[in-house]
Amino acid sequence: MQPAAPSIPYPGLHEARHEEAGFWRTYVFSTDHKVIGIQYGITALCFLFFGLCLMLVMRWQIAHPGEAVPVIGPLLAALFGDMAAKGTVSPDLYNSFGAMHGTIMVFMAIVPLAFAAFGNYVVPLQIGAADMAFPRVNMASYQAYVIGGVIMFTSFFIPGGPAQTGWTMYPPVSLTIPTDGTTFWIIGMVFLITSSLLGAVNFITTIIQLRAPGMTWMRLPFFVWAQFVTAFLLLLAFPPLEAAAVMQLMDRVAHTSFFLPTGLAVGGTLAHVSGGGSPLLWQHLFWFLAHPEVYVLILPALGIVAEIIANNTRKPLYGYKSLVYSVLTIGFLSFIVWAHHMYLTGMGVKIATFFQTTTMIISIPSVIVLTCLFISLWGGSIRFNTPMLFVMAFLPMFGIGGLTGLPLGLSYSDIHLHDTYYVIAHFHYIVAPGTIFALFAGVYYWFPKITGRMMNEFWGRVHFWLSLLFMNLVFQPMFAQGMAGMLRRMADGGANYSQARVEGAIGGLSSGIMSLHTYILWAAVGLALAQIPFIINLFWSIKKGKPAGSDNPWESTTLEWQTPTPPPHGNFAKPPEVHRGPYEYSVPGHTRDFTPQNEPE
Amino acid sequence: MDIPFVVQPRQDTGLYNAKVGIWIFLASEVMLFGALFSSYILLRVGAPDDYWPRGWLNVPIGTVNTIVLITSSITTVMAWASCKLNQFGRFKVFHACTMVLALTFVCIKSYEYHDKFTHYEITLKDGRIADGHIVANNPKGDSVVISGRYVQDRKDLYDLEVRKAPHHHEEITIPRSQIADMESYGPWHNTYLAIYFTLTGLHALHVIGGAIVIGFLWGPGSKMWETDPERFTNRIEISGLFWHFVDLVWIFLFPVLYLI
Amino acid sequence: MSAQDHATLTQPIAGQASGLSHEDHEKLTLHVRRYLYVFYALLFGTLVTVGASYIPFGNHAINIAVALVIACGKASLVAGFFMHLISERKLIYGLLAFTACFFMGLMFLIISAYADFPRLTVTH
Repeated sequence: MQPAAPSIPYPGLHEARHEEAGFWRTYVFSTDHKVIGIQYGITALCFLFFGLCLMLVMRWQIAHPGEAVPVIGPLLAALFGDMAAKGTVSPDLYNSFGAMHGTIMVFMAIVPLAFAAFGNYVVPLQIGAADMAFPRVNMASYQAYVIGGVIMFTSFFIPGGPAQTGWTMYPPVSLTIPTDGTTFWIIGMVFLITSSLLGAVNFITTIIQLRAPGMTWMRLPFFVWAQFVTAFLLLLAFPPLEAAAVMQLMDRVAHTSFFLPTGLAVGGTLAHVSGGGSPLLWQHLFWFLAHPEVYVLILPALGIVAEIIANNTRKPLYGYKSLVYSVLTIGFLSFIVWAHHMYLTGMGVKIATFFQTTTMIISIPSVIVLTCLFISLWGGSIRFNTPMLFVMAFLPMFGIGGLTGLPLGLSYSDIHLHDTYYVIAHFHYIVAPGTIFALFAGVYYWFPKITGRMMNEFWGRVHFWLSLLFMNLVFQPMFAQGMAGMLRRMADGGANYSQARVEGAIGGLSSGIMSLHTYILWAAVGLALAQIPFIINLFWSIKKGKPAGSDNPWESTTLEWQTPTPPPHGNFAKPPEVHRGPYEYSVPGHTRDFTPQNEPE
Repeated sequence: MDIPFVVQPRQDTGLYNAKVGIWIFLASEVMLFGALFSSYILLRVGAPDDYWPRGWLNVPIGTVNTIVLITSSITTVMAWASCKLNQFGRFKVFHACTMVLALTFVCIKSYEYHDKFTHYEITLKDGRIADGHIVANNPKGDSVVISGRYVQDRKDLYDLEVRKAPHHHEEITIPRSQIADMESYGPWHNTYLAIYFTLTGLHALHVIGGAIVIGFLWGPGSKMWETDPERFTNRIEISGLFWHFVDLVWIFLFPVLYLI
Repeated sequence: MSAQDHATLTQPIAGQASGLSHEDHEKLTLHVRRYLYVFYALLFGTLVTVGASYIPFGNHAINIAVALVIACGKASLVAGFFMHLISERKLIYGLLAFTACFFMGLMFLIISAYADFPRLTVTH
């Protein structure tokens, strides 16, 4: 990356008064939000790739149960010993990869990328601030993230391997399997949660306190609103999981029985624990976080989508106020829907109805947001550049993901669909061709502000079309598999329940359903290969990309584009004065089709 | 461009940055302890009536600890007021008291923990149960000596309220060969102790953390009083807010764990 | 002394050096007395809580209610006066109101999930 040197000298600029900091203070131990944003981004992209690799091994095992994994089989055998005998994927290894795929993707890839990376880089710029409110806390939150990530990664190399019991880590099974991986997971989570909490405090304070003069709440770009609500979700929803993680750690290390019921027998013998605990307690505390967490996964993406749509349709977003109120409502309601993940735990009917009702209600503001974004396209002069392609694909993909959630939110239909591949397809549609597409769009969109160069447009389109195709080929069949009754987290891909094993068994999985596994595997490989143009494009364009030509190549109205490229330390020479809303595009009577927020009247 | 509102408040919110930050952080801490309190309620409501301990914690000691923390709260707010009144010397005295009181709290807590860890419930092979504090437990010896009593029914160990007839302690020697099971009153012993140790342990970590921050501001950090006294006063206010929160949590912990 | 005076004193004073004006000095000194009264009230509250726990009300639920009510009272004193909440800005009140809502949700919804179990079901 280029050092933070201004392209135009600014008298009185903060930088001018200080000496150039050395390599370590500038790139590693920096308190500058832009450097921290990039650090989060690169680390998160690495974890995203690692999670993708875990998924490929799992899909191989499902499509070819018991066969040695090609290419990396010997590596797995060397690393995991008995768990990967002769390069095959044992059920334990499959389960551990599954648990870590979920954990890594959610906590170490998507949230750091969507919230911390994009948020850190863009939000202070968009509100006209010099930096985040607490720069050193910002640095600490990144360091906590790295430590948590390292602990999670290290768990792969301990005897017994990493945690095996899903990203949901349900006790008692998580407490009774013979690996210390769960302990590593818990300690890693404590660091990751700490990182998110510190980040949330920073974001909320920054957005409240450091808005530039004239930047009223209703003049904020929608991306900032989305990050603001996301920060609140992280702030208030994570601590109960931290408490629960401490309790599960106590159960593992101090032999308490928070989550172990009386009379628990493991392997036929009575467990020597005090009992008196409740496995359901963990589920409640876990899902109290994990439901707001899924909104954490989607809200920053909605923010990015909104910015790119406004910019590339050259018109204001439709229903800015509706968008803002909807996203605030989503934030509030997301705290009282969590037990829709627990319909099959035997809750009473009244309380299940309560959660079902709130779940149905929360779909209303979500649909309002999506509808506003769709309608924003109407009548626009659409520029079909790579960011816009990803964003336009996001809309129907997120629509599919959201709509397929409805049968899951209704307790009656959830009885059939709970814990099946239908659920996997539902949430992957939202996060994979949903959030991740929005994040790709964000990378292509803000790349010129960070580096001063454009990413290659041709390869961007290749990346887009291939990813769109393969995302759908991977996840679409899973709806059918789920409705046919294929359960999640089965290391043999459901072979044990197939009609091939018991001829004519009622409810057994048909050979047609089972054969979809092979197609999904090939689509997954295609999806992985489709990321190669992106990775090469990303690194190549830093030095060799087409120069952006101006500080504002997309001709955007928001404040981050009104700075030099890349923005210097301190961002603005003096606080920008904001005179208008964030999406003044194609205003009648103006010569240009956009008016930046800080342009004098 | 520098970061504004570090000391001066922002016009429309009326607050400086760190104050917004600390209240937001305290909100998250409310949720953290709230989750543990809700776990406590769930575990207690789910326990069979006769098997939830009563009277296992020493109320006078707990009361002393409560008074210690309340006193540290007043010394904290007085330390901040002294800064506001430009009385640096008095600030130093008050916060020194705060730290001494914090240390006292942790010491008393440690004594209470130690008391639990040396209290054993021993099940003998003939079915009797002995319960008491360890007097002698030489690993090489062939017996264990406790100061306690025998009970017929395990239920008798659970309700130890003072107003019931107090039980007598005597020295009991138990040959190791007769011991079927021996467990101390640690968090592993039952869910009441588990939630007790977790709640008070997490609270104690917050006490220690808060004391370290106040200690830093009292010591090396107090240099800022010479260069930027207003910003220093704000730091004392912020650390004081955290400390009051720690006191608040104990105000709820004490009756919930010791009294009801 | 009014809540507004308290507010003036608890917010940093723009542009002034570390000292306060003579008027504000006097106000804060009076204010310090208020802190002492709160301290005495807290001590009293502690002794009342302990004493009340020994009163046999018949139904143990009443003991629990009394203890929690006194605890809430003490907490309000600490939060209101020591933490200056009684004169804090709307923003902080708003933030804490949301937190209180979600805290209540966490407590009550988990318990209701258990209370609504069909009869004769083993819960743990």
